[in-house]
Amino acid sequence: MSNLVELEGVSRTFPGSPPVEAVRGADLAVADGDYVTIAGPSGSGKSTLLHILGCLDTPTSGKYRLLGFDVGDLSDGQRTSLRGSEIGFVFQAFHLLAYRSVVENVMTGLVYNRTPRRVRRERAIEALERVGLGHRLDFTPRQLSGGERQRVAIARAIAPNPSLLLCDEPTGNLDSKTTRSILDLFDELRTDGLTLMIITHEERVSLRGERRIEITDGVLVEASA
Amino acid sequence: MIEVEREHRIVRSRLSLWDLIAEAVAGMLARPGRTLLTILGTVLGVAALVATLGLAKTAGNQIVTRFDALAATSVSVSNRSDGFFRSPSLDDVSVIPWDAEARLTRLNGVVAAGSLTLVDTGGELVSSVPINDPLGQSEFAMDVLAVSPGLFDAVIAELRTGRFFDTGHDLRQEPVAILGPGAAARLNINRVDQQPAIFIGDTTLAVIGILDDVALEPGLLEAIIIPNGTARSLFGTGAPAEVHIRTEIGAAYLIGEQAPIALNPNDPSQLRVQVPPEPRAVRSGVESDVNTLFLVLGGVSLLVGAIGIANVTLVSVLERVGEIGLRRAVGAARRHIASQFLVESAAMGFVGGIIGASAGVLVIVAVSANKQWTPVLDAQVPLLAPLAGALVGLVAGLYPSWRASTLEPVEALRGGT
Repeated sequence: MSNLVELEGVSRTFPGSPPVEAVRGADLAVADGDYVTIAGPSGSGKSTLLHILGCLDTPTSGKYRLLGFDVGDLSDGQRTSLRGSEIGFVFQAFHLLAYRSVVENVMTGLVYNRTPRRVRRERAIEALERVGLGHRLDFTPRQLSGGERQRVAIARAIAPNPSLLLCDEPTGNLDSKTTRSILDLFDELRTDGLTLMIITHEERVSLRGERRIEITDGVLVEASA
Repeated sequence: MIEVEREHRIVRSRLSLWDLIAEAVAGMLARPGRTLLTILGTVLGVAALVATLGLAKTAGNQIVTRFDALAATSVSVSNRSDGFFRSPSLDDVSVIPWDAEARLTRLNGVVAAGSLTLVDTGGELVSSVPINDPLGQSEFAMDVLAVSPGLFDAVIAELRTGRFFDTGHDLRQEPVAILGPGAAARLNINRVDQQPAIFIGDTTLAVIGILDDVALEPGLLEAIIIPNGTARSLFGTGAPAEVHIRTEIGAAYLIGEQAPIALNPNDPSQLRVQVPPEPRAVRSGVESDVNTLFLVLGGVSLLVGAIGIANVTLVSVLERVGEIGLRRAVGAARRHIASQFLVESAAMGFVGGIIGASAGVLVIVAVSANKQWTPVLDAQVPLLAPLAGALVGLVAGLYPSWRASTLEPVEALRGGT
């Protein structure tokens, strides 16, 4: 079986004067069930790499294969569909809908990927119980702490049973105690067989990964395990 | 070498109609206060349109009702060969019989009927004193009209004092007269309790009543009115010149057809009938006048409403950039984003249309209650109004939703919330 994620000489250049090469010749293979952390200072190209991995952006050169699909060959619509069913996103800013309840926020992750309407609520509650928020279903995000908000976002990301969970600075807005509990949650998800890729600039986060990759000025270097 | 393993199939993103509506409504209800302000313009526009259509209809109907009360229930019949108010001479014989009143009141739908004839007095002047007063004018040229008793009711005459003459006076050919108020003033007669006498040439008549007003046939106001029988015996009047009929509401056309046959069965075509104008024509004429003006006003306010929705939707798109980015990340295609915002603005227009139509109906009812009119409104107007509002919202949402759909997810996710 091939790898879940395969990068072959992937580069991403942003036009300008001079052009900015955010990612240079990246090679990376991630197998099903891996727990990968990608660490680097700000401006090192982490976010660009995550956008490429998440099919939100396409490489200017090189090849990116996800689940065997050559993402560069896919149309915008196909990449959108792939995101909706195969990738879960967790962002630093949570991106919760402020006026919708917790369970409705999680259900947003199931609206576009053909999950039948009658099972959505059930699956959302399941996901919320998995992140330990089964008792907060009808709260609004405003009533939750930062850690709880991030748990809601994680529940939304895992509710559609994605192949890959992509986290962009998931603990960037959290204190150290909350960070620890979120990282423990990632460990649990990892144990359940989910493939995790976490982008961070915090060492205590990157150290929790099984595979640690450093990115500096767009170049990936895998730390020896 | 390209090697693609198709163990996974790309499941195409979709957003069912139900989900689309649910997401749009949720988006609309997220900030109800703001949504209400947004739709205010549409509410005003639709309310103005509905109120305009309804008030035009109500007012048009009202004018027709007024016509019904007077002109629309009045029919007159005269001789075709005959000029109005001209007594028939021997070679110009009227075909209207003396018993016209009796023949017509038998018809169903006739409220009152009476004949009216200008009496040829041979140029005799009228005075209230039997002597010639050298100091002032005491003799006047006045119209003398012979009428049947029912005419007073047919033209809605009201007495100031005294009484009308009746069929008995007519049959007995009594020398009595009723004065129009103008005639009474000129003859200086204002009381009838002593039955003052007037003189037409050498003929003496007793005044038994003075008119106050008539709703129709103002010629009576300046005339001396005597019974038909009296005119025949004293002045040799040949035949009635014309007949006035007051009908039930809506019966005027029918009576207009039946009256000539009742009056002259041998040759109804010799009679000329005057019926009121077709009320439908009156109604549509009034409506189109009122409508054009106010429909323009309503259209302008609807346009302002559309601009309001477009404006706020655009602002809301910019505010919800983060939400758009998130939806794109969880699999929403561009068309899903566009349709969500489009349906949201259309739904706002729809709600605005409902509220506006209700407000418009309230305005119609309030104005009608104030003016004591009967409110009239086409049933489809309040039903079509929300659709018009939705259309306004849809058009207003086109540009903002297009903007939302063109946002790059990477850019959108960088925006906050």
